[in-house]
Amino acid sequence: MTSDPVGAVVPGAWTTGRVEEIDRIGDRLVRLRLEVAEPFDRVPGQHCVLRLRAADGYTAQRSYSIASEPEDPLLELMVECLPGGEVSGHLHDEARVGDELEVRGPIGGWFTWTGDVQAVCLTGGTGVVPVVSMLRHARRLGVTDRLRVCAVGRTLVELPYAEELLAAGAFVALTRENLGDRVAAPPYPSELEALVEGAERAYVCGSVGFASYAVRQLTELGIASDLVRVEQFGATG
Amino acid sequence: MPVTRGFTGSRGRERPERLPPGQYDTGADWPTLTAEATPDIAPDDWTITVDGDVEQAHTWTWREAHALPGSTYFGDIHCVTTWSKLDTTFTGVSVDELLAIARPRPGAAYVMAHSSTGYTTNLPLEDVTGGKAWLAWGFDGRPLAVEHGGPVRLLVPHLYFWKSAKWITRLELMTDDRPGFWEQNGYHDRGDPWLEQRYQGDP
Repeated sequence: MTSDPVGAVVPGAWTTGRVEEIDRIGDRLVRLRLEVAEPFDRVPGQHCVLRLRAADGYTAQRSYSIASEPEDPLLELMVECLPGGEVSGHLHDEARVGDELEVRGPIGGWFTWTGDVQAVCLTGGTGVVPVVSMLRHARRLGVTDRLRVCAVGRTLVELPYAEELLAAGAFVALTRENLGDRVAAPPYPSELEALVEGAERAYVCGSVGFASYAVRQLTELGIASDLVRVEQFGATG
Repeated sequence: MPVTRGFTGSRGRERPERLPPGQYDTGADWPTLTAEATPDIAPDDWTITVDGDVEQAHTWTWREAHALPGSTYFGDIHCVTTWSKLDTTFTGVSVDELLAIARPRPGAAYVMAHSSTGYTTNLPLEDVTGGKAWLAWGFDGRPLAVEHGGPVRLLVPHLYFWKSAKWITRLELMTDDRPGFWEQNGYHDRGDPWLEQRYQGDP
């Protein structure tokens, strides 16, 4: 944690996001694309806050990583529906095109990648979402060789953006089903070695348990711990 | 601001009086959120230094810090990611005890808390004095686990929990305020959960 963050990041004021597209993917995921009334500049890896407002003024807010690249005119989020989740449950079960939510961002200036350094990303489950933004950005800049990704998921249908990740050349490790001729297992050190080679920075994103596992894997492969940037999420619904 | 069609709210509505706005009770869980790799610090290698704008900069070892009068916090903690944890018990030493020895100079008005990882967070001096802040090494009667900042973390429970720096090693007294790690990254300079001071620009 010795390097500086990207600079002072000041989130904008609350603004309105209109649901332009919504896709429910399996039982647990919902992909939203929002048109933001007062769009904010953003860097791949940042997140934003969504706030829902009931008719009586009651509100609930949660943070979600942004999947869209900075040049995308819409704000894309991939939300995992948690049991009893007050916000994620509404988004999954109730939200539809044309609905208006409150949005605030961008948040965070640490877990960000602008294409400037060689990086490796190790993600678990929906932890891949901010890295999707990085991958899209890398493709647009023509620097896909600077970003190597290992996305870990249980099964292909449970892993957000699985098809896009595979098409982008990411290494996908499934722990509960075989993928091609790869038998279900967490990533082996030998599989990560090539991804880690030459990395000047590492990004780890996933659950608390995943993050500690991933940091250990990376440091055992020779990545200095102060090169690792971590984003963990607990279940906040 | 627009009403969200179809949203009525559920969990947050059961909010007891003691939960600040926008927070929910995480119950027995204690989520951990850190931005860096978790360090492994043996208590014998840990020290705490109070320096900067003080009369007498001082460093305490683990043993010396434990020789100071002990202090316990019973109460609630609040994370900016919207969870709160009620009825926690932290044991350690009041920051007042360290400051009584180091003696802040009259102009000192802010503190930068430094962690062994390089993490920093800034606080007004008055938020860490008068029995409001601790160095904590015990939680619920056990040594503080490394993922929660052990062996020793700062505890400032009346502010959002990113102010309670894990793996604390230094308190730097300052005349002028300067933003710490999350504060440079868009989080509030003070972080009062009752005022919902989550991000820069909040009231």
